[in-house]
Amino acid sequence: MRKRRGGVPLPLLLPAAVGLIFLVLPLVGLLARTPWSSLLTRLAEPGVTQALRLSLWTSTLATLVCLVLGVPLAWLLARVEFPGRRLVRALITVPLVLPPVVGGIALLLALGRRGLVGSWLDSTFGITLPFTTAGVVIAEAFVALPFLVISVEGALRGADTRFEEAAATLGATRWVSFTHVTLPLVAPGIAAGAVLCWARALGEFGATITFAGNYPGITQTMPLAVYQTMESGDLEGAVVLSLILLVVSVTILAALRDKWLTAP
Amino acid sequence: MPPESSTTGRICCPATVISVKRLLRSTVAGLAVTLTASLAACGSGSGSGSEAGRPVTVFAAASLTESFTTLGDRFEAAHPGSTVTFNFGGSSALATQINEGAPADVFASAAPANMAAVTDAGTPATFARNQLVIAVGKGNPKGVTGLAALTGPRLKVALCAAAVPCGAAATTAIAAAGVTITPVTLEQDVKAALSKVRLGEVDAALVYRTDAKAAAADVDAIEFPESARAVNDYPIAVLTGARNTAGGQAFVDYVLSPEGLRVLTDAGFQAP
Repeated sequence: MRKRRGGVPLPLLLPAAVGLIFLVLPLVGLLARTPWSSLLTRLAEPGVTQALRLSLWTSTLATLVCLVLGVPLAWLLARVEFPGRRLVRALITVPLVLPPVVGGIALLLALGRRGLVGSWLDSTFGITLPFTTAGVVIAEAFVALPFLVISVEGALRGADTRFEEAAATLGATRWVSFTHVTLPLVAPGIAAGAVLCWARALGEFGATITFAGNYPGITQTMPLAVYQTMESGDLEGAVVLSLILLVVSVTILAALRDKWLTAP
Repeated sequence: MPPESSTTGRICCPATVISVKRLLRSTVAGLAVTLTASLAACGSGSGSGSEAGRPVTVFAAASLTESFTTLGDRFEAAHPGSTVTFNFGGSSALATQINEGAPADVFASAAPANMAAVTDAGTPATFARNQLVIAVGKGNPKGVTGLAALTGPRLKVALCAAAVPCGAAATTAIAAAGVTITPVTLEQDVKAALSKVRLGEVDAALVYRTDAKAAAADVDAIEFPESARAVNDYPIAVLTGARNTAGGQAFVDYVLSPEGLRVLTDAGFQAP
C-alpha cells in the first residue's frame, strides 16, 4: 500500500498525538527531575546494586519458571480439544486483570503460613514462602505467566499445523513432533513471550510487597526500593533508582531484540 | 492460505508473533527515544479556590486511622454542612505527598521529624503521645515477654521502615534494650506491620499501643519497658498552602479540644 499525501485524517491524528504525549510526558517528567551528577555515585551504592541484582536474578528465575510451566499450558490450549478449554483460558487471563496487590493477598491466602497449601508446607516440611527470595520469584511468576501463555498460544495457533501433520504421517509421536517440529517452529514466539514475561516480572511490585514483604537483599527488588525511597521522603533518590531500572531494562530488552527478536 | 512471513524468510511466522515482536521493538525504541531526548523543562503551578463548602482534607498518620475517623464524624456533626476527608498513610509518605503538592489542609504526623520535613507546615501543636508495644497473635502462642524474646531466628518479626515514625521509635527502643533484632520485613506504615501479625505471617511486630488496642480482637499487646524511651509526640498543623484554612483550623481546634482529647485517650493515646 502506498502512502498518500494528506491521507491522515485529523480525527485520528489528533487523539494519536495526545495519546503519545500522554505516554511520554511522565517519562519526560522523570528525566527532567533527574540529578544527573549524582547518578553514578548512586549506582555504586551497595543498597542499589543489591536491589538491582536481586531484581535481575528473580525476574530471570521467574521467566524460567514461566517457560517450564507456560509453554506446555499454551500447547494444551492451542492443540488439544478438551471440555472446559474456554474456562481454562479465561482462568489463565484472570491474573492479567487482577490488581497485583490482590494477587499478593491471594498468594498469601494460598501459600502463606496459614494459607491453604502454605500451612501444610509449613507443618510438613517447615517451608514458609513469604519473606523469602523464593516468595519473590513466585509472586513475579504468578503475575507474568499469563503474558507468556497468551503470546505462545497465539504463536501456536498461527503456526502451520501441516508440518506437525506431516511429522505424524511419518510416524512421529506427539511428543517427538512437539520437540522436533512445533518448538523450532514457534521459537520466535516463545522468545518474544519470554521477553514480555521477563519485563513484566522485572517491574512487579504489588504482589511482591504483599506476599514477599520488603527486606533489603532478600525480598527488596528495585521497584520496592524505589517505593521505599520515595516513601521515606527521598524523592531525588527515588528518581535515580527509577532511571537505573529503566536504563537497565531498556538495555537488556534492546540487546535481546537484536539477538532473538529480529529475524536472522 | 498458510501464513508466511516475507521479512524473516522462515517457513512460518504467525501474525501474533510479529505483533508481539513489533510491540517489543517499539517499546524498546520508544523508551530509548525518551531516554536520549532527555532535556525538558518542568512546569509548576499553584492554585487557590474559594473556601465555602470545601471539604477539610486531613492527611494523618496511619496510627490515627480509627481515632481520627471518629473525630471526623463528630466534627461533622458539630459543624453542620462541613465535611472532612482523610488520607491515612505512613507519615513520611504523607510528608512527601504534601511537599509534591497534594491538596491537604491539615497534616497530623506521628513524629515531629516528619512534620519538620513539610516545608509549608504552619505552627504545629502536639496533640497526643503514643508508644510502642509488641503485637503478637491472640493468646501469645510463642510466649513473648519482651524485646529480648524477639532476637532469635525462631520468631519472625515485622518492623516499620526506619523512615516512618514507628520504625524510628522501634530503632530507638531496640537500641535502648541493647539487643539486635533481624526483622523479616520492613513495612511502610504501622498498619501494614500490624496486618502481618493479624495474618499470622509473622509472630510479632512492634506497633503503637493504639494500633494493638484497635486490633484487640486479633492480637495481644505485650508492653515492654524500653518503649518508654521512645515515646512519639504527635504534632498537627494547618498547612500554609491550605485551600480551606478556616475549616482546617476548626478541625485542628477540635482535635486539641477536651472532647478531641477524650476520643484520643479512649483509643489508647496519652495526653501531650
